[in-house]
Amino acid sequence: MSSPIVTVKGLTKTYGDAVAVSDLSFSIDSGTITALLGGNGAGKTTTLSMLLGLLLPTSGSVHLFGTNMASDRFKVLPRINFSSPYVDLPQRLTVSENLRVYARLYGVKNIEERIDEMLQALDLTAMRKRRYGTLSAGQKTRVAIAKAMLNEPELLLLDEPTASLDPDSADRIRNYLTDYKIRTQATILLASHNMAEVEKICDDVIMLHRGGIVVRGTPAELIAEFRRESMEEVFIDITRETIRFSEEGPIEF
Amino acid sequence: MSSNQDIREMGNTSSRSLGLSGQRIYAMCLRYLYLLRGSWPRIIELAYWPTVQMILWGLISQFFAENSSWLAQAAGVLIGAVMLWDVVFRGQLGVSLVFFEELHARNLAHLFVSPLRPTELITSLLLISFVRTIIGVGVAALLAIPMYHYSIFDLGWPLIAFFMNLLVMGWAMGLVVSALVLRFGMGAESLAWVVVFAIAPLSGIFYPIEILPQWAQSLAWFLPASHVFEGLRGIMFDHHFSFELFYTATLLNVVYLLGSIGVFLYVFSIARKHGLLMRIGE
Repeated sequence: MSSPIVTVKGLTKTYGDAVAVSDLSFSIDSGTITALLGGNGAGKTTTLSMLLGLLLPTSGSVHLFGTNMASDRFKVLPRINFSSPYVDLPQRLTVSENLRVYARLYGVKNIEERIDEMLQALDLTAMRKRRYGTLSAGQKTRVAIAKAMLNEPELLLLDEPTASLDPDSADRIRNYLTDYKIRTQATILLASHNMAEVEKICDDVIMLHRGGIVVRGTPAELIAEFRRESMEEVFIDITRETIRFSEEGPIEF
Repeated sequence: MSSNQDIREMGNTSSRSLGLSGQRIYAMCLRYLYLLRGSWPRIIELAYWPTVQMILWGLISQFFAENSSWLAQAAGVLIGAVMLWDVVFRGQLGVSLVFFEELHARNLAHLFVSPLRPTELITSLLLISFVRTIIGVGVAALLAIPMYHYSIFDLGWPLIAFFMNLLVMGWAMGLVVSALVLRFGMGAESLAWVVVFAIAPLSGIFYPIEILPQWAQSLAWFLPASHVFEGLRGIMFDHHFSFELFYTATLLNVVYLLGSIGVFLYVFSIARKHGLLMRIGE
């Protein structure tokens, strides 16, 4: 059995008295799509930021590919990538200029070929000379995903990957990510509020509440465990705290 | 994962991770050159202020050359000084304003989840600052030749020594301003426009350091610019280049540049601790 791609142990982040993430421990295996779910303020973005090394934990550790992100993050950064609708790319650069800059930062070979490939895959070819700032929110999301795929990451962290996309574009992105995982055995960790999306493409779900993991399993397992019809209902149960947890599992009030 | 490695340059991971990567520094320079190329107001802004300053001080010089025995000895000392002072200002702005572009673009998180190292970002900022300063001050210097029959290039090779010392001083200030903005947010952005003026009176741009009060003279000699402008007057009035002033300015600049890089890297680590790389720009 291969070692996990992501190993998180006792991860905690506090800001003064406020606890953003509390004693989080989990691991993620290669070739899976894992959803990191939770309501607003549950600790998803904080956790993603610590996984990426953008934020230093108060305590605990993050190992990606067996490498400690606190001390050796530069060894693994070429192997990972990230996109978020809340982090922009330079507005005044064109789509292809942005991708060219990031391709060089990631040390991509055959840059122009790779950019063409990504533009085609994400239906952005007609926009290659458009300035990023002039694109619609959905187009920007697709460009950010193109940027995130430039180096064919072995670990891809996505925050709301289909936010602002119309149903057709969102479906294309989901299919693209699923195909990518199958083709390359890459590991994908995504934060999403789209529960239908999670049910459709995720192999595993980590549900956060108040900075800690409350439940984990496949979407089917969680739906069965909570005796609900969909992940959306499971999500609402957890965030509204209509469910409490015991050692035997969730118990409805 | 062979396909993934095919996409990336071999050796871009661990083998090069110990040092600076020329490719990544080039990528960042390319990013800033794309920005400059795609925005004519930015190009005009580079040359606008140095040119306006040159025209103003050229006229003042013309007047005083006929009415001041001191200036009559070395016509062009004021206009040369104002152009060289702009090297400090442009050098500082070239670092801090370009760094602010990343904050305005809310792009820092993307940059720092890439293999880009903070030291590589600093290196690219310094290189772009050099380019921006050459464009800005260069235009003013070339226009001064037909307008006032004054060529700063007549200073010869000491011009390079003056230019580089003033530029490095500007870099050090620019990095500290960038660090402050990274730490305290865009509210501190205006520092970029005012900080250089705080040290101008002590730099002896237009007058000898010896006319300052004693306490101010003590402070002034800690500024590389003071040594440069004394050196400039030494050449223009006495036709003598002081190596002592040059070495002192260079030594001070080495200390300040290393110190400013240290400050930037320290603040970067604080930014990682407080999550500022994700939040800044909002």
